[in-house]
Amino acid sequence: MIALLLRDLRLAVRAGGGFGLGLAFFLIVIILVPFGVGPQVDLLTRIAPGILWIASLLAALLSLDRIFALDFEDGSLGLLATSPLPLEGAALMKALAHWITTGLPLTIVAPALGFLLSLAPEAYSYLLLSLLLGTPALSMIGTFGAALTVGLRRGGLLLSLLVLPLYVPTLIFGAEAVRRGADGLDATGALILLGTITAGCFALLPFATAATLRMNLR
Amino acid sequence: MLRVTDVTCARGGIPVLSEVSFDVTASKALILRGPNGIGKTTLLRTLAGLQPALGGDVDADVDDLAYASHADGIKTALSVTENLKFWADIYGNPVPDTIWEAFDLADLQDRIAGTLSAGQKRRLGLARLGVIGRKILFLDEPTVSLDGFSVKLFAKWLQDTHLAGGGIAVIATHIDLGIDAPELDLTPFKADLNIGGGADEAFL
Repeated sequence: MIALLLRDLRLAVRAGGGFGLGLAFFLIVIILVPFGVGPQVDLLTRIAPGILWIASLLAALLSLDRIFALDFEDGSLGLLATSPLPLEGAALMKALAHWITTGLPLTIVAPALGFLLSLAPEAYSYLLLSLLLGTPALSMIGTFGAALTVGLRRGGLLLSLLVLPLYVPTLIFGAEAVRRGADGLDATGALILLGTITAGCFALLPFATAATLRMNLR
Repeated sequence: MLRVTDVTCARGGIPVLSEVSFDVTASKALILRGPNGIGKTTLLRTLAGLQPALGGDVDADVDDLAYASHADGIKTALSVTENLKFWADIYGNPVPDTIWEAFDLADLQDRIAGTLSAGQKRRLGLARLGVIGRKILFLDEPTVSLDGFSVKLFAKWLQDTHLAGGGIAVIATHIDLGIDAPELDLTPFKADLNIGGGADEAFL
């Protein structure tokens, strides 16, 4: 299983579009918002948690369709399915590799970009924590969506339509945790719920993903 | 030992081959023949467990099976060694030193797979079979884009290493591999389109 994770990470680094693309997209969206909203610092401070979270969702979405599509095209998905590695394990590793190449870098740079949106100083730790807890769920749900659309040509748009609604709970509790942190309120509840969603996703979705892949490989 | 009994397989919900039966004992190969579209690939995919059979039994240890398709599963951004090492790791085997000679890859070890020619890629794809250590191989047109020399090289590996080591190979091919193996013509097994089996078509 580790071999698959290492291979995917190596491919992401070599082929490009892994680490860089999602991160650059995140950066650009965040930079565009102040231009669109105008020079109103109060307003920016208020909407910053939501904008940061929505930008994370979109950045995570960007590289989802590559998770299985490339392996499907060159035949390695079929070979993986007949290998001793359980497909559930492969799904989990794919999600993990996606998180390491998108979710983790996003989490790390998000505080720096929070500064651009004049995020309240109290909220930075909550931003970091909520992204750390929430972005793995984005990758896992996205992996499931990628498995659903794997055989389709131009499945990218359909994938977005399928996956974005499933991101809603993570978005609600993630942004809520940051907002509560910014207002100096107790955000423990929101963070616990966020962690629960992630844990639930990782407990169930590898099985759903593997079942979907088996169906799509027929 | 591989025993296939009355296997009926379908492609896209439509039965293509019905009640195919054959036995292959250890150290033997079987060549599948038949015109395009008869269902050679479908049969191999069914036997390898990638799709369910409509009926019949495949009697073999699932952990012995391996499938090689038209597509090689090569990652073009990785080097030749990294590609082979990956599959060896997935199957929990070391990469045998003999593999480089056997598939004439010794000079290409550090090349990025994306820069290989079609035939070289194919050789790398076939070399994968040598590192996974599975006993029963289902090979779908293994010699596509190989030149005469490489075909001989592959046939030699198949005969001297795989089959000599007690392996089994079921090969769909249109050319003469030059190995000593019985042939099975699939034409008589062509499915009657009126038999059932497309029942789940409505849900696909």
